[in-house]
Amino acid sequence: MPRATTVRTTRKTADMSNANDRISETITSNDVVLYMKGTKSMPQCGFSSRVAGVLNYMGVDFADVNVLADEEIRQGIKDFSDWPTIPQLYVKGEFVGGCDIITEMTLSGELDTLFDDNGVTYDKDAADKIREANG
Amino acid sequence: MPMQAQEIEDLIRESFPDAQITITDLAGDGNHYSAEVIDASFAGMNRVQQHRAVTKALKGKMDGSHGELHALALTTKAPA
Repeated sequence: MPRATTVRTTRKTADMSNANDRISETITSNDVVLYMKGTKSMPQCGFSSRVAGVLNYMGVDFADVNVLADEEIRQGIKDFSDWPTIPQLYVKGEFVGGCDIITEMTLSGELDTLFDDNGVTYDKDAADKIREANG
Repeated sequence: MPMQAQEIEDLIRESFPDAQITITDLAGDGNHYSAEVIDASFAGMNRVQQHRAVTKALKGKMDGSHGELHALALTTKAPA
């Protein structure tokens, strides 16, 4: 099941390693995880809303983590991935990208390929509809 | 404190002197920009690596709620 491919950073402080441990646990025990502002049913930021919307529309089963409800994770996820912004999408423990990258990958079909390669089920017709509407 | 498009381009230019850089002020408020950066150094890098390189060039201007740059929609690629 979950692959143990997560690269842990080597920060030493207790808080930091706790956040890293929690993030590692979350992204290895869920195939698809979105760190976002708000929840998938009630996003609280346009960028988070866009990515959650794509995943919802494509029928992807994903775990959402609301960083606004967890200050440790809110900063910790940025340090973990060396990425300055939220949302952040992880598939099979690997960081895929933020809003711009996910949007680009959705429209190019690369997101479909990534899901195919990782055995993530999604609605291909819905993905095609997104591309038709934005083509 | 909003940033000017030219400041953003200059910062990116420091790290990518030969890049083709296009900055667009999306909302006209000096706060929401898009940047397209096309640079030969991106060849062989995935998008995450390309974006990290540009973010590094911006030297913390995008850091959270204290950042001067609130929103920068980024597109990166190597020249075709």
